[in-house]
Amino acid sequence: MSYNNPFTAETQLKLSPFFERTSKLNESQEWRRWSGYLAATQYELTHDNEYFAIRTKAALLDITPLYKYIIEGPDAQRFLDRLVTRNIKICKVGQVMYTPWCDEDGKQIDDGTVQRLSENKFRITSAEPNLEWLDTNAAGMELSVSDDSKTTASLALQGPNSRTILNIIASESLDSLKFFWMTDTHFGDIPVSISRTGYTGDLGYEIWMDPKDALDVWDLLLEKGKPYGITPTGLQALDIARIEAGLILLDIDYISTRHAIIESRKSSPYELGLGWAVKLKKKDFIGKKALAAEQARGPEWEFVGIEIEWNELENHYRKVGLPPRLPGTAWRTSTPLYKGNEQVGYATSGTWSPILKRYIALAHVKAEYAKENTQLDFELKVEHFRKLTPARIVKTPFFDPERKRSCPQ
Amino acid sequence: MSTVNKYDAIVIGGGHNGLTAAAYLSRAGKKVLVLERRYILGGAAVTEEIYPGFKFSVCSYVVSLMKPNVMRELMLPKFGLELLPLESTFTPLDNDYLLRTADADQTYREIARHSRKDAETYMRFGPAMGQIGMAVRPILETVAPNAIRPSLSDMGAMKKLLDHFKSLSSEQFEYLTKLMTMSSADFLDEWFEFEPLKASMSASGIIGTFMGPRSPGSAYVMLHHYMGDIDGAFRAWGFQRGGTGAVSMAIARSAEHFGADIMTEASVEKVIVKNGRAVGVALENGDEYCSDIVISGLDPKLTFLKMVDESDLPSDFVTDIKNFRIRGSSGKVNLALDALPNFTCLPGDGHHLRGAISISPSYDHLERAYDDAKYGNFSQEPYMDIILPSVIDPDMAPPGKHVMSCFVQYAPYDIKGGWNDQKREAFGDVVINTIARYAPNIKDIILHRQVLTPADLESIFGLTEGNIFHGELSLQQLFTMRPAVKWADYTTPIKNYYQCGSGTHPGGGITGSPGEMAAKKILGIWS
Repeated sequence: MSYNNPFTAETQLKLSPFFERTSKLNESQEWRRWSGYLAATQYELTHDNEYFAIRTKAALLDITPLYKYIIEGPDAQRFLDRLVTRNIKICKVGQVMYTPWCDEDGKQIDDGTVQRLSENKFRITSAEPNLEWLDTNAAGMELSVSDDSKTTASLALQGPNSRTILNIIASESLDSLKFFWMTDTHFGDIPVSISRTGYTGDLGYEIWMDPKDALDVWDLLLEKGKPYGITPTGLQALDIARIEAGLILLDIDYISTRHAIIESRKSSPYELGLGWAVKLKKKDFIGKKALAAEQARGPEWEFVGIEIEWNELENHYRKVGLPPRLPGTAWRTSTPLYKGNEQVGYATSGTWSPILKRYIALAHVKAEYAKENTQLDFELKVEHFRKLTPARIVKTPFFDPERKRSCPQ
Repeated sequence: MSTVNKYDAIVIGGGHNGLTAAAYLSRAGKKVLVLERRYILGGAAVTEEIYPGFKFSVCSYVVSLMKPNVMRELMLPKFGLELLPLESTFTPLDNDYLLRTADADQTYREIARHSRKDAETYMRFGPAMGQIGMAVRPILETVAPNAIRPSLSDMGAMKKLLDHFKSLSSEQFEYLTKLMTMSSADFLDEWFEFEPLKASMSASGIIGTFMGPRSPGSAYVMLHHYMGDIDGAFRAWGFQRGGTGAVSMAIARSAEHFGADIMTEASVEKVIVKNGRAVGVALENGDEYCSDIVISGLDPKLTFLKMVDESDLPSDFVTDIKNFRIRGSSGKVNLALDALPNFTCLPGDGHHLRGAISISPSYDHLERAYDDAKYGNFSQEPYMDIILPSVIDPDMAPPGKHVMSCFVQYAPYDIKGGWNDQKREAFGDVVINTIARYAPNIKDIILHRQVLTPADLESIFGLTEGNIFHGELSLQQLFTMRPAVKWADYTTPIKNYYQCGSGTHPGGGITGSPGEMAAKKILGIWS
């Protein structure tokens, strides 16, 4: 077959090593662009089944578009410890840490996971390219930074049946693998690394492999996982799950300081609910001074979960003769939050939670209004007209099943 | 076991409505005891491992219209309510099929394959029914007023409903009148032309009732089933993970969270009535429990003709209850399967196995099935509503194996010569043969078969005459007449004796609604 026009999605966008399979499975042919890759929005015509696979079965997601870097050398630990806000010195071989990293002003650049692959070798994942930032800060240190984004393919297997499926395939049992730890194992004769991590807030794993093995791993998972309900899952379902898990998304819930343009667009980890990940007792790290000062005076903003109260929401719709309209998918439109006449915050992503039967959102709120149970007004559009409806500040994660962290007895 | 024998309220029957009432009363601070006759909670909403490794939603198999406010107020998601989507309806035909899915474009194309006109009408039909649903909903959510001797609050309720009816558009009023009086077949004929589509849609008008699609009144039952759609993303309709028993368990955990005591294998023999007041219950084992009030979650026949003495009730009321129509019309066949059924018209695995499979090729098929029942036989080619729970929730069966739930109609309770083991197996054979007509491999993949006749539904679940709704959803048995005029507001002629089962307004299905409204009514009287 020949094309007159050589430019197609396949020539203009990056294709994951799983594309040969995912492209054929994608019934809806709905794709999003994720870091220049074609990534399935959803595989089926509606995303509901994929969402419920995350929460009740096992969802398989291609997460190859994540940026990945390998830091290797005698100074690797020292380097990362200086780069990120968490304490990498206590990160043991086989352990994974979620962490933000900041600029000198203590404003967040990106967030991701740091995997300690060996004493002197780490992998760091990120939402955006970070090679230059890593290189710049590696100056004078004995280590190498290499872009692992294309040299490692990755899948996420998330949901209550994920462990059962992996135990059938992997050469060693994952029963003792704890939350945020990883292990090297084999699928038959294919070497893979498996970390107990994910972006869903459920029991789940991420599988890291050589791209040449990608299709074999995919086929194996789908075949062995079928009796356990394994379901190829797209970003639409993932977006609902990650909001339920209270996990932030760069460019949606915050803007990287690198392209914030104006000061007010920047956020510190304290303002993003990541204060727990800032280890001020560490000797020195990028942004420490600014973060210590901010911690001392208290952050100006906080990042919170809100629940939009049902009865009032329903009343708004009843008044116009409609049953309550709930968003069928997660939304990403900044939505104002008021206290009285004053706007005191804005929600950045929200969703109807099918598992909790609650309408939830993640929001930036001025610190004095961020206390749990504070009632604010959420702006709601009912038949094109703006209404205010009560929303309450609640704890995140909204959804936090015990299985996320537990190991079988 | 509790050592305290004095409760504020005792609920007879740990079915989902009894548990709901118990949860609401406990939530209001009352000391509540639930007494369940069986070893397991849930009543007809129960999951049991009848065959090792295979979980059956033995009786009730889908959650139809679980009330959103009940889910919220009892925090059911926290206690295990997980409703999975059940979105397609697949009607296999001899050489073709009809498949309706959650995707509007796909459904349009599929119906248009058979009738372009119907495909377009179908797009209008959903919203129209939604509008009617909105019109009917306030009735379903109102405690039925006593229209004969109305109290002040009854007058208020009636005024509110009157105002509501005045607010309906003439179109809504027209549809409502038609739905209340017509047969589902006549009603659907006004909209559609493709027979298998009409027959499949009309089927929801006969479920659980002793009527055919051409019987007047069946249109209302169809509307009753449509109500779930208006909740949209809230999804009051679906398949409960772990089977319908998990819904009951979620409500039970909620009730316990609020402080209720729940006992199984505690069979109530009689409500203790002193001076026209219920004061407690006596169990079959001789134990007695005292309470301020007693609430029955059983059907009206058991509630009034078995749990209490007729002499404690007004004779006209006893006549009403005796006349209450509760004829069982359906059976249930649960199968443990070694593999998936393979439909000749659409072979292999696919989305069509993830929803309802409706054996309803034509009105004639349904009506003939009804004819058999009218004359005291089970249908030779029954109507069936089938689901494969293990396709939606793989934990229902061992890996790679499946469970199949077949709701079968008609199987009359009053069968010629009465039900016996031989007839039960013959009925099971007819069901398998009917499925085999569309999926011939069924006979080779059955590992175990559980056949439940109306007589079994009565003896196992205490459903009088095997009626799954605790009494037919026919017009003369709804709202202010359910189960009897003057006693449709959850009260009974016996003081401190209340009712909260599906035999009360707004009727059957896993809704939690009778239990909720009964509890709220009781709390209103209490305060």
